Amino acid sequence: MDVIGLSRFQFASTSIFHFFFVSLTVGLAFMIAIMETLSYAKKEQRYENMTNFFGHLFLINFAVGVVTGIVQEFQFGMNWSEYSRFVGNIFGVPLALEVLMAFFLESTFIALWWFGKDRLPHWVRLASIWLVAIGTQVSAFWIIVANAWMQRPVGYRIENGQAILTSFSDVVFNPKAWIYFFHVQGSAWTVAAFLVLCVAAYHLLRRHHVEIFGPALKLGLVVGAVGTLFSALSGHTAAQTAREDQPMKFAAMEAQWEDSEAPAPWSAIAVIDQEGQRNTFNIEIPFLGSVLADNSLNSSYEGMIRLQEEYQQQYGPGDYIPPVAPVYYSFRLMVGIGMVLLATAFGGLALWWWGRKGRKDRLLTNRLFLRWLVWIVPLPWLANFFGWITTEMGRQPFMVYGLLRVDQGVSPNSFTEVLVGLIGLWAIYLALIGLDIYLLSVTARAGIDHKPSAEIVAAPAPSYSEGPSDSDRSGSL
Amino acid sequence: MTLVNLWFWLIAVCFTLYFFLEGFDFGVDLLRPLLARTEAEERALTGTIGPFWDGNEVWVIAAAGVMFSTFPVWYGALFSGMYPIFVAILLALLLRGVAFEYRNQVDKQVWRNAWDWASFFGSLVPSFLWGVVMAKLIEGLALDGDRRAVGGLGDNFSLFSVVGGLGTLLLFMLHGATFLLLRLHTDTVLYVRARKAALLWGALATVAILAFVWLGYVGKGLFTSFGVLPWVFPVISAVTLASIWLALTRHWDRMAFAMSGATIVFSTITIFISLFTRQQVLPSTLDPAFSLTIDGSASEHYTLVLMTWVGGIFLPLIIGYQIWNYYVFRERIRPHEGGLDHGY
Ligand code: HDD
Ligand code: HEM
Ligand code: HEM
Repeated sequence: MDVIGLSRFQFASTSIFHFFFVSLTVGLAFMIAIMETLSYAKKEQRYENMTNFFGHLFLINFAVGVVTGIVQEFQFGMNWSEYSRFVGNIFGVPLALEVLMAFFLESTFIALWWFGKDRLPHWVRLASIWLVAIGTQVSAFWIIVANAWMQRPVGYRIENGQAILTSFSDVVFNPKAWIYFFHVQGSAWTVAAFLVLCVAAYHLLRRHHVEIFGPALKLGLVVGAVGTLFSALSGHTAAQTAREDQPMKFAAMEAQWEDSEAPAPWSAIAVIDQEGQRNTFNIEIPFLGSVLADNSLNSSYEGMIRLQEEYQQQYGPGDYIPPVAPVYYSFRLMVGIGMVLLATAFGGLALWWWGRKGRKDRLLTNRLFLRWLVWIVPLPWLANFFGWITTEMGRQPFMVYGLLRVDQGVSPNSFTEVLVGLIGLWAIYLALIGLDIYLLSVTARAGIDHKPSAEIVAAPAPSYSEGPSDSDRSGSL
Repeated sequence: MTLVNLWFWLIAVCFTLYFFLEGFDFGVDLLRPLLARTEAEERALTGTIGPFWDGNEVWVIAAAGVMFSTFPVWYGALFSGMYPIFVAILLALLLRGVAFEYRNQVDKQVWRNAWDWASFFGSLVPSFLWGVVMAKLIEGLALDGDRRAVGGLGDNFSLFSVVGGLGTLLLFMLHGATFLLLRLHTDTVLYVRARKAALLWGALATVAILAFVWLGYVGKGLFTSFGVLPWVFPVISAVTLASIWLALTRHWDRMAFAMSGATIVFSTITIFISLFTRQQVLPSTLDPAFSLTIDGSASEHYTLVLMTWVGGIFLPLIIGYQIWNYYVFRERIRPHEGGLDHGY
């Protein structure tokens, strides 16, 4: 591996680690805000407990999202200085907007929400957590605008080897950005919803606090159903958009070497021979390829071999075919997982509806379903992982689509520098991900009754000069 | 003032605010092993910065983000040119940020000790290295004709940059101590210890800063190009620092904090003035002709106009709500002996 390979691996892995944490943050922030709203409106102890319990989980995860984000912000300059110089005029703007509009907001108001327990009126804290939730959306939006610009550059001209911004509104209203944003939204809601479902199901199986985990489960089902439906619809649109603006990526997602027939079939399993530019084995479902490509029953689309020729004419000599197998399989795994999750969420809603008022409960006592919910909790994260592999590997060899190749963007760093840095980052990231999962599961299992010994409290409110009062200021559980 | 200059100074503001704010929370983390004797005291010290450190840290993210959008060439050259330094800063910040949240999650002494070390080294490393970065910013990196930094690790350290690093480290410890004077209840023994620490670290910081200024003037001639203002800022910062003992002995706690803060502000501004008078953002040590100039590194007009609108709207808002945050958590803290359930 050379410096480019190392830098690619570093950027990919740190981004995936970062997204592991923040997808949960984005989704859970909203669910906590909803719980806090319930607690505020109904003034019932159980909703307060619910908010505190899931809020504690939220905080454990939030911290790691924040610190891994700093790495992201510095990495462009550190590993991709030539890229930074090329895109800074444009790419830097949404990035700076993200900091100014979102990061300050989140980091300040999360402190007011959590530490403000004994010194701010409830409505101020409610407003604070909503601001945090909105902040996470805003930050997701701007970073996706930046990412989408790399996938589909708009509103620019090239001058002196730099991309110069000509229209900011084109950048903001980049259709790619909105589709990605909706899709990332959907995936973040899905991640958070299935985490809540898992925790709630775990405690319902043990009949702990049904009055709290019952409603939590139902909230999780609603958010999960919305999230998975959203993911599926926007993902479908994302694929169709890729067909237009990144046809090579689309063909790679389908492992389509030759132009497809009309109507195009959809490949379910294939064995891919990248060297020989063909599939040695392929199981196909008729018509589905056309539906995916443009919602019709008789269309066809271009294959990679012809696209390679077209790309060469357009961008000069070179190999424009991305690594097909990872793109193809990642895409299938993501969609497969998406379907499983969708079925689960709607199945749960059906059970709920079936056992609605006055009938025998079908949901909260259904041990098989609850156990299933506990087991599938890693799936949304895996879908995210595969989704990013599809998106980012599918655009190889371009860094900025059609404008800048990966090998043109890298910094003049030495191999050892990058290698040592990469080892350090991996060591810490593995530890962090392990700790995050460990603490989340310990805390989630401990449940509501678990009055933590004083020490085991997530960032409790600091104490103040008046001395201890009767109310439990540590506030956590 | 042109927009390019405006953004040069706004980046300076982000760095200045970052050092002013995170300076004291690094300082508190660094002083904790020296000041706290009991678990309750440790938590009280962490409690003084608990609600603030995250918001403080965002100022450096802002500095980097704004630099990326308004001076992409500067951003790329500085961050890649000091690659190993930034890796070390990142690793330290990763551990430190998580230490706040994770230290009290598991009720075991080994666990707590491990995180205490993480937050100590997590503050030590960046406190030192940010000084190195600032010193190299005016001393320059080995930039070739293609605006690429080719020096490697050896190029990042010099006598000047190491003294700069010691300067920020000691200054942050002093700043942390004076911050504690405002945040701790005055009748606690911690408060008394913090006063002593302020005197000690203040004296050491004065020596380091004077050495830094002296090296800059005499050894490097770095500040000679100041023109009309050759002495003012470095001298003010040294004088402010030297006179802190007065505020401390008179029990003017607010004054002491203001002065350690002012020292940080003036020192940082000095760095940026020395760049500004040379109209450079990053000098090259290979050939002055390769230096990155302010105008040559900036983004185009349209990007700057856009950023000016954005900054004009959001920066005042941010400063407003951050001040409110400090106001909400303004009361002084005391450790609760025996009553750990109320501590951090
Ligand atoms: C819980 C997570 C999750 C789930 C259930 C799905 N996705 Fe997804 N997908 C993502 C998480 C994700 C992602 C990680 O968030 C990506 C990476 C980049 C992006 O914008 O979203 C993504 C990218 C992505 C792309 C690549 C877009 C491009 O690069 O142009 C396509 C075509 C789809 N998705 C399609 C789907 C379909 C048809 C799904 C059917 C259910 C689906 N996704 C479920
Ligand atoms: C704004 C957001 C993002 C930007 C600007 C971005 C940019 C980049 C860059 C510069 C690289 C390295 C160069 C390359 O290989 O093309 C890269 C690679 C990669 N990134 Fe992203 N990324 C973003 C978000 C993400 C996220 C959130 C993930 C995953 C969760 C991700 C997954 C990957 C993967 C898997 C690769 C490897 C592709 C390969 O090298 O084959 N990216 N991305
Ligand atoms: C490569 C691109 C990315 C960069 C440069 C980046 C940058 C950052 C930074 C600097 C932070 C820390 C903020 C703080 O201290 O408060 C952060 C946190 C966060 N990021 Fe990312 N990020 C990237 C990708 C993403 C993606 C793809 C998403 C979501 C879709 C995302 C959403 C978030 C969220 C929700 C947080 C949580 C905590 C917070 O904002 O304070 N980021 N990111």
